[in-house]
Amino acid sequence: MNLLEDIIIVDFSQFLSGPSAALRLADMGAQVIKIEKPGTGDICRQLYVSDVMIEGESTIFHAINRNKKSYAADLKDPDDLEKIKQLLSKADVMMHNFRPGVMERIGLDYETVKEINPQIIYAEVSGYGTEGPWKDLPGQDLLLQAVSGLAWLSNNSDEDPTPMGVAVVDIMAGTHIAQGILASLYKRAISNEGALVQVSMFESILDFQFEVLTCYYNDGNRLPIRSEVNSGHAYIAAPYGIYKTKDGYIALAMSNIVLLAELLHCEPLKIFTDSNDWFVKRDAIKKILGDHLATGLAASWLTVLEKADVWCAPVMDYDTLVQQEGYRLLNMEIVVKTTNGLSVTTTRCPIRVDGKTLVSCKGAPMLGEHNAEIDYQFGLGREVVRREA
Amino acid sequence: MKSTLPLDGLVVLEFSQYLSGPSAGLRLADLGARVIKIERPGLGDAGRKLSIKDLWVDDNSLLFHTVNRNKESFAADLKKEDDLETIKKLIARADVMIHNFRPGVMQKIGLDYTVVRKINEKIIYGEISGYGKDGPWKDKPGQDLLLQSMTGLAYTTGNANNGPVPFGIAIADILCGAQLVQGILAALVRKQKKGVGALVEISLLETLLDFQFELLTTYYSSNRQPERSYISNGHPLLSAPYGIYATADGHLALAMMDITALAKAISCKALAAFSTGQAFTKRDAIKDILVKHLLKHTTRHWLNSLQQQGLWAMEVLDWEKMMQHEAYKKLDMEQTIYANGKRIITTRCPVRINGEKLFAAVPAPQVGEHNEKIYNDFVSAGK
Repeated sequence: MNLLEDIIIVDFSQFLSGPSAALRLADMGAQVIKIEKPGTGDICRQLYVSDVMIEGESTIFHAINRNKKSYAADLKDPDDLEKIKQLLSKADVMMHNFRPGVMERIGLDYETVKEINPQIIYAEVSGYGTEGPWKDLPGQDLLLQAVSGLAWLSNNSDEDPTPMGVAVVDIMAGTHIAQGILASLYKRAISNEGALVQVSMFESILDFQFEVLTCYYNDGNRLPIRSEVNSGHAYIAAPYGIYKTKDGYIALAMSNIVLLAELLHCEPLKIFTDSNDWFVKRDAIKKILGDHLATGLAASWLTVLEKADVWCAPVMDYDTLVQQEGYRLLNMEIVVKTTNGLSVTTTRCPIRVDGKTLVSCKGAPMLGEHNAEIDYQFGLGREVVRREA
Repeated sequence: MKSTLPLDGLVVLEFSQYLSGPSAGLRLADLGARVIKIERPGLGDAGRKLSIKDLWVDDNSLLFHTVNRNKESFAADLKKEDDLETIKKLIARADVMIHNFRPGVMQKIGLDYTVVRKINEKIIYGEISGYGKDGPWKDKPGQDLLLQSMTGLAYTTGNANNGPVPFGIAIADILCGAQLVQGILAALVRKQKKGVGALVEISLLETLLDFQFELLTTYYSSNRQPERSYISNGHPLLSAPYGIYATADGHLALAMMDITALAKAISCKALAAFSTGQAFTKRDAIKDILVKHLLKHTTRHWLNSLQQQGLWAMEVLDWEKMMQHEAYKKLDMEQTIYANGKRIITTRCPVRINGEKLFAAVPAPQVGEHNEKIYNDFVSAGK
């Protein structure tokens, strides 16, 4: 039996933060129903974000929304709103990521929904919380990276602040809201109580930086300084970083510099015998190491280092990665099918349960594809709402 | 206060070191679980001796204190028969156990899932590995930077001419811990309904592939590797202007927006020659114009006109400036812990339940600090 079998999630959220949480819940067996605006739907369907399109919609939309159902409803139309309220009366979880105040105006804020369904888990993701000067600003990934100090942690010190090239704020906030939802579902199974769960992208991206922020808070508020070269982590000593060799790049994690000097036959490194210097003089060490590693081939360095259990790895791009046996054995790729018969290759859920991967072949829904089915399943719009037997 | 938390009463045994497993334990603790670290007598979690920037609180690094607050510690030598028996008694009473040993270690100790299940069939057994349990990489060290390097992630960040640029935060560890928490909690929901336990497994490798699901799905479909822009790369899949730009007095982040609307908002004639349809094909040309133009005025100047037009832009802050901002202060994100008389400021849990922020300023334990209490609560009481 799937972990979340029989759990019904009504998801009003758009883009990535909320939808990525709903995707994970769907992977684990929940029935996720996207509530979308007739005509346009989730903005992610329309937004011109990727130049690779599938059925006129971005690949990104298909990746995020596989294994979900779509129910089109105009929340400003009283009949549609009534149906949605009927649906919510039978749901376990409701999610949204509208800006503060929007759900109040529509009439689907927590206080109202709680009256319809006191046991519901009501989850909301905001950009900056429900108060404060930024509460009405868009909760967009890059902008959150910009204001949270995150952009000062990656790349070399002479580069501009560098954002992480994956939507890390959306995805972290998604995991946090899913955690809150699941913990509350567990509690509800014991106590029969519903809950309001809230996460803001701002708090999520601060939590993501908890290790380094805690350093900053307690170290006399000294700002992080990225390495001049081969920057891997502003708070970690040499050699931590990525290095160019004659024919590609290699990564070196925490290692003993004296040992490295010996293994790599790097004479000038041998003077750094005091491990305290490995942080303080990390740029000097990295420059020496970088010059030295540039004289040899990646594979030959790695062979020497791996033999001595030094933490190292080749740096791969996707073309190289997908050819590796270590990648292929994971069976990370799955093929999902849309109702139109179109196949999309995407990644599966990273979690395994009872030794099995969690795989579904259902593709992303067309806008409003499941209206009739959901009307029937939940008896929506009928005068007498009949519960399922 | 703690009695109202969702995981109140739940007992979690954490056989984990460093960050991936312990960050999962921390989240479960903040949501109300009683998290007990099972540690080697003497040394304990190897993370106790791992510092960043050489910052220490006591015998333990500040890093350890950050990741392990709000937990208890039980010292046990798993190679000793007596200690192992005691641990098995704890397992019999626990709801969840988590470990992040390399494949094979728990089998050798005799605490792999097949064995543990016989002691407690309803337990949720959470397991983190670096690269999964099979295949040529299974014995490689599951270290964050190495995983970033092997999964293509280093080619998402920085500009095209930067070479691979890793994320300056342990993304694989932290996200893997967060995903494991989801799996464990979902398994607890099933246990409450059906009375069955579960084995929940995840690897750092699968975590980082899932993290890149948008990029990988696009790659599978196009067979083209993602390309970072040469200028102000913000995300390899996204068109101009997405990225960070220097201004006369700082930096500005520009998210997705219509090129024509942008040209108008910042009065940039050179940009007006481009249309939104060219935002991909002429990405670097557009960004190059923006780089030159945005240097002319201050961040505040640009933000005023951009935000007035409803365009998605924000200033780039460092922590110092961020912390002075009312928006940060309003969050109440910090909490103060006293560990052996030393004051540590750290962040709180990011999840709010029923409108409450979850604070838990309980210091990280010393190795074996709670042996007696735990023994009394679970082992003696169980006799």
